[in-house]
Amino acid sequence: MINNVDVRVFRGDASGGEMVTYQVPIREGMVVLDAVLWIQANVAPDLAVRWNCKAAKCGSCSAEIDGFPRLMCKSPVADYGTELTVRPMRTFPVIRDLVTDVSWNYEVNKRIPGFTPSEADMSDPEAWCMQQEDVDRVIEFRKCIECFLCQDVCHVLSNHDRKDAFYGPRFMIRIAGLEMHPKDSLDRRSLVEGEAGIGMCNVTKCCTEVCPEHIKITDNGIIPLKERMDDVYFDPIRWAARKLRGR
Amino acid sequence: MADVSYETVDTDVLVIGAGGAGMRGAIAAASAGARVLVVCKSLLGKAHTVMAEGGMAAALGNVASLDNWEAHFADTMKGGKLINSWRMAQIHAQEAPERVVELERWGAVFDRTRDGWIHQRPFGAHTYPRLAHIGDRTGLELIRSLQDKLVHTDGVEVHMEVTVTRLLTSEGRAAGALAYRRADGKLVVYTAPAVLLATGGAGRIYRVTSNSWECTGDGPALGYEIGAELQDCEMVQFHPTGMVWPPGVRGILVTEGVRGEGGLLRNKDGERFMERYDPDRMELSSRDVVARAINAEVIAGRGTPHGGAYLDITHKNPDYIRRKLPSMYEQFLKLAKVDITREPMEVAPTIHYFMGGVRVQAETGATNVPGLFAAGEVASGLHGANRLGGNSLSDLLVFGKRAGQAAAGCAADGPMPEVEPAQIDQAIETLLSPLSRPHGESPYKLQGELQDACTTYAPIIRDEAGLKTGLDIVLELMQRAELCGTGGPTGRAFNPGWHTAQDLRSMLVSAEALFRSALERKESRGAHARSDYPKLDPRFAQVNLVVARSEGGMSVRAVENEAIPYDLTEIISQSFQRYTPEEMS
Repeated sequence: MINNVDVRVFRGDASGGEMVTYQVPIREGMVVLDAVLWIQANVAPDLAVRWNCKAAKCGSCSAEIDGFPRLMCKSPVADYGTELTVRPMRTFPVIRDLVTDVSWNYEVNKRIPGFTPSEADMSDPEAWCMQQEDVDRVIEFRKCIECFLCQDVCHVLSNHDRKDAFYGPRFMIRIAGLEMHPKDSLDRRSLVEGEAGIGMCNVTKCCTEVCPEHIKITDNGIIPLKERMDDVYFDPIRWAARKLRGR
Repeated sequence: MADVSYETVDTDVLVIGAGGAGMRGAIAAASAGARVLVVCKSLLGKAHTVMAEGGMAAALGNVASLDNWEAHFADTMKGGKLINSWRMAQIHAQEAPERVVELERWGAVFDRTRDGWIHQRPFGAHTYPRLAHIGDRTGLELIRSLQDKLVHTDGVEVHMEVTVTRLLTSEGRAAGALAYRRADGKLVVYTAPAVLLATGGAGRIYRVTSNSWECTGDGPALGYEIGAELQDCEMVQFHPTGMVWPPGVRGILVTEGVRGEGGLLRNKDGERFMERYDPDRMELSSRDVVARAINAEVIAGRGTPHGGAYLDITHKNPDYIRRKLPSMYEQFLKLAKVDITREPMEVAPTIHYFMGGVRVQAETGATNVPGLFAAGEVASGLHGANRLGGNSLSDLLVFGKRAGQAAAGCAADGPMPEVEPAQIDQAIETLLSPLSRPHGESPYKLQGELQDACTTYAPIIRDEAGLKTGLDIVLELMQRAELCGTGGPTGRAFNPGWHTAQDLRSMLVSAEALFRSALERKESRGAHARSDYPKLDPRFAQVNLVVARSEGGMSVRAVENEAIPYDLTEIISQSFQRYTPEEMS
């Protein structure tokens, strides 16, 4: 029976920091967030951490546990044996300890044109009759809790720091949810191909692996979006038409 | 010498809180032409609304064509044991369907009926299937839809991770707020002719709660300090079904949707005990009744090994369960190693919702302080003595919109207020004081003691002696909180010890109001049950308890509520076939 766990936590800020080990008594069913909050309440009152619901519904307590991007509230301490490490997400600048500056994501979201039904549909209540099958595809994408773990694990954003060239998996899913909504009337394909940078994704599916909501980000979101791009940009008939019109 | 400098920002409408009510209020105020600034303690989209699961109640009549606003109104009044604001209940029932449909036009996706319309599930004490929902994550859908609408609404700015610690006044009117940015501890003074409180509830004053850290009763405290009246503070809802085991997850919500989808409650002997408490409505009785029933079973020795009841949905098809209750399935599998398609869940009551809060005008959400508005859980009136499941999400939309509009109107009428510097200086001194006491008591310790006091002395069944003891503890904690520190480190950059010291001040106001009001209501009504006054008392039937700041401290007075108009009385009495056996006793 293990009574304590050594929790190594990153303490520091943008200028640097160190891993500090805290010994935490284990309670049955304890998750990593409980351990971090225990440290905060009992040993290190200024240990900075974001959390809200503690039930995997808000996506606030994202961190890297033993190097793997996870929600702390959904990671039982018992899965880790006698010691574990908790670091902030690596893709975003550290503010303090486990808290990172994720504001870039909120800026990206603003650049995606929102849900826009057609004028005709807006004035016709009958138009909003939709079958469950019509909405099921979108429902998967709307499960996203914006934990940004997919952004954290994405090679393009993380290893190559190409936030200038790629919106990241979260926002591919956001766009897919809008584009596949039966009542949305906008065409965001030029955004997807252009500024959102879908071409940057090389389909390694790491994002799908870390998604706590089990959204098949790549298979059901990014690949179908890529296929739609191909329809527009690589369709031979449209290609010929563009050539003929001199564009 | 502490850095007391601050940035100043002015706006027309300052919205405090970015849950459903705050965001809907901001959209409404901006649509009415106001410049709007939303401040919230967390990141956008993380507010406690996100945890709402079951759905939003609105008499759309998509599943039961007989449903109408009158039936919804009557259910709400009956559930609230008639101390609700009848006008709020009427407005809510009449406008909820429009608000739900509007949300769909903004991109929200709901589960569908076979005909292709918004599906509605049955819920406790609603006569008809009435809750528009998407699986068991309706709150997320509401938050995300509003969030996406909000960021594309002109005239709205959002300041995330900013905590308001004091409302400012000018000539008796609300005039703005002092706040600090959590990330760097820098101070901000907001000036605005209209302020909308949308801060949610105070569930964190209890140990076992479904609420997030943010629910510290900031709104009631901020309002109270500048003279706003509070009401129904004794009415605290225990949700009947929170997780019980393992201890790490105790209190996490198990949606009423489980019972809505057919889940059965059993005691350790396998008996469907609701038969003895409400044979008509059984598992779908109102929350106060179900919570007390589970409590009574446990006290009688018929509880589960960890002190709760079994909630069983295994008789339903596993695929159906995973589709309709996906997050419950995931939550139990991951956190409790229980597969709910094969095994029953173990559940017990958990603190969930504050019916009481800031006293407001029904039409506008205006408080008694000019320029100050409130909407959502922070406001009181709609739910009376007990809220029905699903009524809070529709509450946010209906009254968020109304209060936002009214706040915009108020801002348009008034000039930009000027706040005396001395008032700001004093508020800053209070805010920074814990940082000057590195050896002061830990705010975490005080918060823990407060949670223990509320949990022990304001439980499901209360009594005079306990309530008095609880009040004494709260008053003592208030004195200690005046001198508390941060737990040690005194930096201002993202220092949770300092943040907790601020939250604590708010929590103590809600706790004091709770104990004082609960002592005054010498009867049992709705969520407020007392072993020394176990019955409904007609003398309290027309009374709301109103809390206000007075010279001698916090005062509580009984205020007769406005008589229900005859036509509405008729609607209620027609639906009021009988009380539950528990209410009759």
